[in-house]
Amino acid sequence: MKDRATTAGANALEDWNRPPVFETEGEGELLEVSMGPHHPSTHGVFRMDVVLDGERVIKLKPVFGYLHRNHEQIAQGASYLAAMPYTDRLDYFCSLTNNWAYALAVEKLVGQAVPERAEYIRVITAELTRVQNHASAIGFLIQEMGASGTPLMYAFREREKILDLFESLTGSRMMCNYMRFGGCRVDPSPAWFEATRKVVAGLPKFVDEFEALLSANEILMARTQGVGILRSELAVNAGVTGPMLRGSGVNYDIRKVDHYGIYDRFKFRVPLGEQGDVFDRYMVRILEMRESVGILEQALKEVPAGPIMDPKAKIRGFRPKPGEAYGRIEAPKGELGFYLISDGGPNPYRYRVRPPSLINLTVLEDMCLGQNVADVVLIFGSVDIVLGEVDR
Amino acid sequence: MLGEGILKGLAETAKNFAGSFVSKERLTTVEYPEERIAPVEAARVFPFLIYDGSDWEKGMRCVACQICEKECPPKCIYIEKSKDKKPDFVGKPQIYPAKFDIDISVCMSCQICVEVCPFEAIKMDNEFELATDDRFGGLLLDRKQLAKPNEYYHKIHPTEAAAVDAKLAEEKAKAEAKAKADAAAKAKTAADAAAKAASAPKTPEGGTGTPTSEATKPPEPAAKSTPKTEGGD
Repeated sequence: MKDRATTAGANALEDWNRPPVFETEGEGELLEVSMGPHHPSTHGVFRMDVVLDGERVIKLKPVFGYLHRNHEQIAQGASYLAAMPYTDRLDYFCSLTNNWAYALAVEKLVGQAVPERAEYIRVITAELTRVQNHASAIGFLIQEMGASGTPLMYAFREREKILDLFESLTGSRMMCNYMRFGGCRVDPSPAWFEATRKVVAGLPKFVDEFEALLSANEILMARTQGVGILRSELAVNAGVTGPMLRGSGVNYDIRKVDHYGIYDRFKFRVPLGEQGDVFDRYMVRILEMRESVGILEQALKEVPAGPIMDPKAKIRGFRPKPGEAYGRIEAPKGELGFYLISDGGPNPYRYRVRPPSLINLTVLEDMCLGQNVADVVLIFGSVDIVLGEVDR
Repeated sequence: MLGEGILKGLAETAKNFAGSFVSKERLTTVEYPEERIAPVEAARVFPFLIYDGSDWEKGMRCVACQICEKECPPKCIYIEKSKDKKPDFVGKPQIYPAKFDIDISVCMSCQICVEVCPFEAIKMDNEFELATDDRFGGLLLDRKQLAKPNEYYHKIHPTEAAAVDAKLAEEKAKAEAKAKADAAAKAKTAADAAAKAASAPKTPEGGTGTPTSEATKPPEPAAKSTPKTEGGD
């Protein structure tokens, strides 16, 4: 028994085919720590096998799959429409952008047009989603730094207002299930637009307040600047997208690159970081919130009247012709893509999700090597993941 | 100065703390069981079945077409068709669900059953206080527990219910008009045949005579022939 245990431990170390970066100093021994899966900083159930030399991380192995729900297989067995509510449960903070990505993929597959009004509503809901996601992501990040509560509560206060808008529009706060192939499910009432304008008008004030609370804070700077640096080459090679990639200074925003939806009509800038450290990722999110508010203001001014759903779009008996399509959008966390292959049947032959959370997580070890254990939690928080999307 | 940022942040929290004593807007907490916020109109929790009139079994709109059962993403609906038929809101005899169970421990409140239902028979409830100590039986609702009157639907989703009622009334009027037109057409052909048979040997002006016969005669045969056509169906 004893032998087996020791050899298993040795193998586990050897299996990570990366040589140790740091030699042990002095006579100390390496310590293997399993962080998670019930660690409060892991945003769900996620485990990190960390090998430590004193306080410094010399190896880190992410272990996930605790929340695996067989999403892709379920979607392949169900009709195209039936997969829509399941997409809500991928990244449950941003169900509306998930809906949009899936609707976009199916619309590409069948060549379905979307009415003008629905496009505007999609942009408005997606940008509201981005604001609330970034606000709570920053809140969690600061919480993981040890500021227990205050910034997170500020973020959640604002998020609550946005979720109230979602609830009055779609009937559910988080599991919106709102978009359909060829439009959106319900037409927002004038009262909803009024309420949205009111919330959007309050958002710049919220971001100012949030920044006054945090951006100049010396503790935050000391903890985040120069920590968890992600070089731009590595970020590009690893396929990292979203605020993480832009935090490393790569100008890549799918809203600008892919011209999906009607984003061409709005003026907005893409904030970029320089160092690629945690502080840059924090700052990129703050600035993106400001840009999103700008898009919201423009979109709310120009919403046209008209149908919300293409009258020719079918709800029942939906059978696309054989073919394949990949629809992707700039979700708050990065590139969210859905890849579909149709064989002409009522359900997709292949349904694949390209989740930003999972792929952004692949560079976790590279960012954490040589850092302190306390910073691992912080770096992990700056990736901004939701385990529902990582494990699917 | 070192610490300036921290002080600035603390000033922000102090402002919010002091503000919570002044402005009502900042005090959003509601003490739940005693105080309640009314759910928004669009709120959805679990589905229920609508019936018209006072008898839930007779007025049930569901015709057990099983579309919702097929489309339900987590497959939480179970329907068994009836062997016999009963008249629906238009008066057409229809199958009804002998069994209609929804397992709300599986249901994920996605509303797809509501969207695909062609008969406006299933709608979303906003009742959320459904805790029970019976894990299996208490969360498996049968058709009697699911049946709720149309008035209840009007109470929880007024605008949506009004639109649905208007749509159903229109459908009913259309169905009635169609039935009437069918009957009238049948009566007319019958009358025409009768008139032809009667007038064939009599006069050569049968062509000009038809308009008058059309205007005066149809009502009587129509009234007589409606039961006939329905029995025929």
